[in-house]
Amino acid sequence: MHELPQQLANGLALGALYGLIAIGYTMVYGIVQLINFAHGEIFMIGGFGALTAYLVLPSGTTLLVAIPVMIIGGALASVGVATAAERFAYRPLRGAPRLAPLITAIGLSIVLQQLIWGFYPDAKKPRSFPEFQGESFKIFDNLYLQRADAFVLVLAPLCMLALGLFVAKSRSGRAMQATAQDPDTAKLMGINTDRIIVMAFAIGAAFAAVGAVAYGLDKGQINFEMGFILGLKAFTAAVLGGIGNIYGAMVGGVVLGLAEALSIAYIEEIPGMQQLGGGAWANVWAFVLLIVVLLVRPQGLLGERVADRA
Amino acid sequence: MRHRSLLILTTALTTGALTLTACGSRDDAKGGDDSSKKTTVVIGVDVPLTGSLSALGQGIKNSVDLAAKTANKNNEVPGIEFKIEALDDQAVPASGQANATKLVGNKDVIGVVGPLNSGVAQSMQSVFEKASLVQVSPANTNPALSQGDNWGKGELKRPFKTYFRTAATDVVQGKFAAQYLYNDAKKRKVYVVDDKQTYGAGLAAIFSAEFKRLGGKVVGTDHVTVKETDFSSTADKVKASKADSVYFGGQYPEGGLLSDQIKKTGAKIPTMGGDGIYDPAFISASGVANDGDFATSIGYPVEKLPTAKKFIADYEAVKYDDPYAAYGGYSYDAGWAVVQAVKAVVAENDGKLPEDARAKVVEAMSKVSFDGVTGKVAFDQYGDTTNKQLTVYKVEGKVWKDVKSATFKD
Repeated sequence: MHELPQQLANGLALGALYGLIAIGYTMVYGIVQLINFAHGEIFMIGGFGALTAYLVLPSGTTLLVAIPVMIIGGALASVGVATAAERFAYRPLRGAPRLAPLITAIGLSIVLQQLIWGFYPDAKKPRSFPEFQGESFKIFDNLYLQRADAFVLVLAPLCMLALGLFVAKSRSGRAMQATAQDPDTAKLMGINTDRIIVMAFAIGAAFAAVGAVAYGLDKGQINFEMGFILGLKAFTAAVLGGIGNIYGAMVGGVVLGLAEALSIAYIEEIPGMQQLGGGAWANVWAFVLLIVVLLVRPQGLLGERVADRA
Repeated sequence: MRHRSLLILTTALTTGALTLTACGSRDDAKGGDDSSKKTTVVIGVDVPLTGSLSALGQGIKNSVDLAAKTANKNNEVPGIEFKIEALDDQAVPASGQANATKLVGNKDVIGVVGPLNSGVAQSMQSVFEKASLVQVSPANTNPALSQGDNWGKGELKRPFKTYFRTAATDVVQGKFAAQYLYNDAKKRKVYVVDDKQTYGAGLAAIFSAEFKRLGGKVVGTDHVTVKETDFSSTADKVKASKADSVYFGGQYPEGGLLSDQIKKTGAKIPTMGGDGIYDPAFISASGVANDGDFATSIGYPVEKLPTAKKFIADYEAVKYDDPYAAYGGYSYDAGWAVVQAVKAVVAENDGKLPEDARAKVVEAMSKVSFDGVTGKVAFDQYGDTTNKQLTVYKVEGKVWKDVKSATFKD
């Protein structure tokens, strides 16, 4: 057993990142029952927006100042694209059979990827992103926390807390709950459901932008393809936690992240399992876990919010 | 019903219009040929033009284009005008196979340069063999492509007579890397990671065998998945294993991140890889942490070869959007080898392209011999290059510096 605390920290940080992106899937699904497969690309565009914001800043700006600017820049880009997508790609198809917006989402994700590939300067190769410099934090003898991991581990719970309060306490948040439960009745009660739907897209996109900044700071690079696999993982996290449930997204993300980290580190140490361990099998184990959870508990770990609509 | 008839009518009209335009364009092309009295010969290019390996692919495409342009300018083959047709395989074997079929279908294509990835080459070889269309890869390094699946046991058998390459194989490259790491860098405990692809896994296996033979120890192995980006768990395994170096079999997107993440754990050890990580993007994409990492690549550094000066000057003169990258010199030589083979075939046939030009070019290719950008270009009985020069590069101050160039000795 090497360095269990270290591997747990890796899993938690990865899971928090999945969770941040998963919010976007789960909120949109909770309100319009649409799986927005272009959300991974919204995340990617958040990263490029943050990079643009960083490049606009005078060189030599410390990360302490740059990070808030990058988050704002990334959020502006991703929220802009997400709301435009909602307006022009999804709203015309509301009321159409569910397959139609799903296919639109897949098409949109390809379009967004190719737009960045074609028009963002130098985006054909991975673009370097400002990275945390300096040593990682030493917590114990065998546990180091890298700066980027610390960043996402602090920021993700804060974002969740803010979202939780917003949904529970604010007027718009309650309107959102009402729309999720029954859009037609909500409309009759004077709620502007179109506005609520746009809001769901926007909040998801802003969270994805925060995730993209955390991702860039950790890996030191972003590229136009990065949304695909991360989007798929985040979607898995949302389903694992119970799609439609915002806390479920975070829980699902963390469970998925831990499953990946631990399977990479320990499965091959089980006698007879050497062939099935290591980094190459992490995704397999993550999806095995998903299947097992869905077999035992089809509504996901924390249950679907939409279930009470039936 | 009215809608359906409308649909049928539209379809019929569109089809008709398309057929007409197709005929029209063919006539146009013929008219052009008559006026210049030149036969157009197309050199196909199949490389990733999109995706994370596009930096390498664009370099290959441009270098072959330069070879075709140079041949036209010098009137290298009288009566023949060279053109290139570049297709994007996205580094995906299935796309490569589809492109191969497309190139075979174009009767003007007389030779193909590419692909970049050994895994893609595997899917294309038999398509080209059936059409007797010659294929010269500037970058494939997996030995099985030219020496058969049992090359490891010493049973060399050439599987496809249409396949040639200007790149040395991984047998040469992997052993060269192991010798450098053990003898020159004095490393004894290596952790080996690969990406499970034809190229990466093959290279890692050859490296490991040679490193063990020399007396070194492989303290652990792991595999990563292509396009994944989080390798922190693997990095922590490397750190816990107390290895003094890492060997990575794979390409630069994963290699750069892996090296970065290993260094972030606090393990101050170099990562070494093959020509797949020898690219500026390996360094630029991952902060400043790559100093001290190694890569092997085939041939001597292009910038240092006197034969390459003209190539570099010509390349700059055309002002391509992308640099020639790691395989530029080999790609130019691969394109030039096709030109030379066509030249030999045309010379034998009274200055005209024969009916069975494709098959003749395959024959001529095995006898090609000239001084190229990367040195002497010629092929052995397996279609492999006879050039066995290699170089080890090291990252210093955000650029690759060559630290040792030599001709490989077993």
